[in-house]
Amino acid sequence: MATLIEPAVIDQMTPIPFKVRSVREELSHTFTLELEPPNGDFTFEPGQFTMVYAFGIGEVPISISSSATREATLLQTIRRTGAVTHALGTLKSGDYVGIRGPYGRPWPMKEAKGRDLLIIGGGIGLAPLRPAIYHAMENRDDYERVVVLYGTRTPDDILFETELRRWGDRTDITTLITVDAADRGWYGAVGVVTRLIGRVGFDPSNATALVCGPEIMMTVTAERLMEGYSMKPQSIYVTMERNMKCGIGVCGHCQFGSKFICTDGAVFSFDEVGHLFDIKGV
Amino acid sequence: MSEMYVSGQSGIGRLIQALAESGHRVIGPVVRNEALVYDEIDGVEDLPKGWTDLQEPGRYRLEQRGDEKLFGYVVGSASWKQFLNPPETVLWSGTVSPDGFMTDPAPEPPKYAFFGVRPCEVAAMGVLDTVYGSDNGTPSMGMRTATREQTFIVAVNCVEPGGNCFCVSMDTGPAVKGGYDIAITEIVHNGNMRYLIEGGSKAGAKVLEGMVNLEEPTEAELEARDSSLAEAAANMGRTLDIEDLPELLKGNARNPRWDSIAERCLACANCTMVCPTCFCNTVDDNLSLDGTQATRTRKWDSCFTLGFSYMHGRPMREGVGARYRQWITHKLATWVDQFDEMGCVGCGRCITWCPVGIDITHEAAAIRRADLRDTPIGIGGFA
Repeated sequence: MATLIEPAVIDQMTPIPFKVRSVREELSHTFTLELEPPNGDFTFEPGQFTMVYAFGIGEVPISISSSATREATLLQTIRRTGAVTHALGTLKSGDYVGIRGPYGRPWPMKEAKGRDLLIIGGGIGLAPLRPAIYHAMENRDDYERVVVLYGTRTPDDILFETELRRWGDRTDITTLITVDAADRGWYGAVGVVTRLIGRVGFDPSNATALVCGPEIMMTVTAERLMEGYSMKPQSIYVTMERNMKCGIGVCGHCQFGSKFICTDGAVFSFDEVGHLFDIKGV
Repeated sequence: MSEMYVSGQSGIGRLIQALAESGHRVIGPVVRNEALVYDEIDGVEDLPKGWTDLQEPGRYRLEQRGDEKLFGYVVGSASWKQFLNPPETVLWSGTVSPDGFMTDPAPEPPKYAFFGVRPCEVAAMGVLDTVYGSDNGTPSMGMRTATREQTFIVAVNCVEPGGNCFCVSMDTGPAVKGGYDIAITEIVHNGNMRYLIEGGSKAGAKVLEGMVNLEEPTEAELEARDSSLAEAAANMGRTLDIEDLPELLKGNARNPRWDSIAERCLACANCTMVCPTCFCNTVDDNLSLDGTQATRTRKWDSCFTLGFSYMHGRPMREGVGARYRQWITHKLATWVDQFDEMGCVGCGRCITWCPVGIDITHEAAAIRRADLRDTPIGIGGFA
């Protein structure tokens, strides 16, 4: 078993070795690592992320995609985009990764109690939302209606598809999927995810929206909810992304106006950051 | 006020000796290769006696003063952050095996005495203490925190501000305002070089008590000290109007002035390297050829580089104007939201060492003159 020799000066930049229990290919470029914390002990809240380190290659911020309460292992869903994520994609069961965290402000699961939950994901943005969906299902009585809307590029890009279909069969939550472009075998909805909003019943005056996807998708979704449904920006939550190096507010890379995305976010209410989306180069 | 002592230049030498004898690596100003740098000093003879520095936007020259002053200069390009937060720091190194990886023990933090720290630089260390503060019991910058805690600070008050100084605007000088162990003021009294020395901490008082041949200052010497400092405060090379400045900058994100700065700014990052409070950094991971030894190094980074904001194959701050706006808005506006103070101490280095002489005080004033907050273009602030 790996031992971590306690350095004379512990720095928050030192990763802890986690053993890879399994690697699951999700989509052509996306995979999920199942990780074992060294002492079986790792607590986090839905929406938080970790810094995942590929030995000697580098480190990337990755959101946690597992339930915060159900399993002893940690799931991190990763898309192969650069050197580090490609290196992580070659890991096998029994290998090790380094983990720092969890970091960041979680989804407002407590604040949303007693309200409708509108969970809207785009592409791989479903991964950071999944712990929130699990939380809502595990604490179903805490919320009124629970709605999951998911949009992705093509039917081949549907993340966690088996699970989405299973949620779709449930009567206590509503799950709808749409794709931007379909092929002949697709019988579902086609179009951007905002077009699904009108197809579900919810009470905009008592709803909290959790939105995660590309920046443009989050902006358009937030605007649709505000303009079309008079939702307040304070009730709409988005997660921001920047190329953060530390996760603890000292490297400066993730500054977005006054905010450090790693410590002030990555979850923000739209009234905190919405105005910054309009300025080029923030 | 703690007890005030006075001595000649020999007393300064004895102070350096006392700090070295108590196990410190004493770092102070020295002239090397026609530049003023901070490096290890053994005695008073290493100090830049008789030198001064002339500073203007984009210009720095050392000149002989023709007198015996030890501290007749302002500041060189490099600040003390090079010792507390070096340009490259090994964060950890480790070895991988089939059982995972093990990190090596961290080295012992060095025990420094910083000799000749200007009041603005003492303030800058305090600014970085806040940035690197611990919020969960573990310091975010462990080695920096450990080094800082055992660093002995000998501040030297400024009686001759430089052409790019504006510490009075930032309320950080010309007299040191706390955060030091010993403070020195250099005065010329009746043609003699005199050094008024006071303790600012228990450790400082203890060092001074152990020193022989320190005298009690005369009334006239105390008066000369106070009048020199008052004169310095009235002779700042520059001023920065900080009234409403954070809101002004945040509300002018779309000001065309940023485009005009972009035409001059080379995005060379000099300003961020010489700034005593700029803290942005990146990490570099390295692996030995056999794949068993890994090292993670923290390196200074700059918001002026294109790579700084790189994500998903493109930079978020593509234009130089957006990068300068990020830098000055962070220094003087969003830093206040983040840390309840400004990230500028008025040392003037960014003005001096800018190859094209872009002046932070001048640019802030230009935005103030062309304030667009009450126009349609000003709608939607930066923060």
